[in-house]
Amino acid sequence: MDELPIRSGDDVVRVRQHVRNAAASSGLSLVDQTKLVTAASELARNTLIHGGGGVARVEVVKSVNGRTGIKLHFADEGPGIPDVKLALTDGWTSGTGLGLGLSGSRRLVDEFELKSEPGAGTSVVVVKWSR
Amino acid sequence: MDQVPILKIGQTLFVSIQIDLQDESVMLLQEDLAAELAATAARGVIIDITAVEIVDSFIGRMLATIGSISRLFDAETVIVGMRPAVAITLTELGLSLNGVRTALNAEKGLALLNGRT
Amino acid sequence: MDVGASQQRMAAFLRDNPDKVVGGWSELVAAGLRGRTSPQEVRRELEDLYSLIIRELSGTDEDAAGELRAVLDELSRNRARDGFTPSETALSVFSLKEAVYELVAESADLVPEYLAFSRVIDDLGLRTFEAYSAAREQIITDQSTSMMELSTPVVRLWDGIIAVPLVGTLDSARTQLVMEKLLETLVATEADHAVIDITGVPTVDTEVAQHLLKTVSAARLLGAECTISGIRPQVAQTIVSLGIEFGDIATKATLADALALALKHAGLKVVPA
Repeated sequence: MDELPIRSGDDVVRVRQHVRNAAASSGLSLVDQTKLVTAASELARNTLIHGGGGVARVEVVKSVNGRTGIKLHFADEGPGIPDVKLALTDGWTSGTGLGLGLSGSRRLVDEFELKSEPGAGTSVVVVKWSR
Repeated sequence: MDQVPILKIGQTLFVSIQIDLQDESVMLLQEDLAAELAATAARGVIIDITAVEIVDSFIGRMLATIGSISRLFDAETVIVGMRPAVAITLTELGLSLNGVRTALNAEKGLALLNGRT
Repeated sequence: MDVGASQQRMAAFLRDNPDKVVGGWSELVAAGLRGRTSPQEVRRELEDLYSLIIRELSGTDEDAAGELRAVLDELSRNRARDGFTPSETALSVFSLKEAVYELVAESADLVPEYLAFSRVIDDLGLRTFEAYSAAREQIITDQSTSMMELSTPVVRLWDGIIAVPLVGTLDSARTQLVMEKLLETLVATEADHAVIDITGVPTVDTEVAQHLLKTVSAARLLGAECTISGIRPQVAQTIVSLGIEFGDIATKATLADALALALKHAGLKVVPA
């Protein structure tokens, strides 16, 4: 597992590149790689802008039936999200949802777990599996 | 921070985004384009994203904003060369890129601006 | 009973009697597999498992549990691929209990340890079942993916006009494939117009309509205009009653109508020769 700091815009670019490399060498299709890196970009940016900075962890994982996947964990100690349900509002035609890019990112990955509490920071874990 | 060059050919401004842009460079491009449009009275803007592998909501909003800014200067913007993987991801993300037109390549983009299509 | 200490005592017993236990175990497994695997291969496989089980029972090795599970999953996948039943695979694990019991029964002083050990082996055996069915599911998924690929052609109708005749249900997996193929063909042929024909799609409900809308959105990002053709009368009624709106996407009854529209947009006309 690799841990990357998210403290600046350059760090967000670095996270994108790191996730792209990991995805490419894990057998994900080009479209799936693009989706994962895009989700990573959204979540990393959230961590920086709404979370006041934090960390990204990138891990290669294996499913019980032998598929390879990439697991990403974004964590910050920021103000947290007051209304998680609202933040995850769906509706792909509108593309908003408090501008947090969370609902969109969720559609780009296979597994999505969000934990956040006001004053206790935010943690997002996503997994994308190769087919 | 990298500055994206803006070319002027005839009445059209050409921008080709070649690298993984950092957020500040994105904002700078927006400012530079607004300045160029004001200074040159160009009628069209072509943004070539053939080399762009990732378009997230931030970049997407930037492109839509550039479209709106151009319209204020009575110019039209066309995004060209979007990669299939990017288009599929944007659609899934729910970003509609309203207000900007799109074309397959710079040639078709130009034809669109000149009203030939 | 202190589970940790009990497991360590069992681990010690297994460590001290490798030949007897693995020997008995291999015999039972080879018999269960009815000669389809050579005894030496069986013995080799079991020896690996044996040392991992000892490591996990000793409780000192943090990685042992993960490694053991990985090796078991691999074993189950291989057995599934080679056509063995899930019972045969699970039995390979369960028969270790029998092999151990034969030796423990003689001395009668490891009986409580045996009970705890038995539970551990049961869990491992059940795990092989799960891994087996997951492997079978993957085979089915792979096959259905190949079938989908074959049934999603993209054809060129004319210069700059391509068509995607869809046959069968349009679920999200299929939609992904259609989008990929359609967009790749748009780039390759530099087409300006795509016709998506749904004559062969049996039901069009809100979900299918959303998939179609998604596909059109993606094609438009590449500068192509889309027409949806093949709307049958019953489908039209269903669409209206469900309140589905296709917005500014042109829809036509037949592929021919859609082609005529596309030609018109391209500034072309069909005249008698």
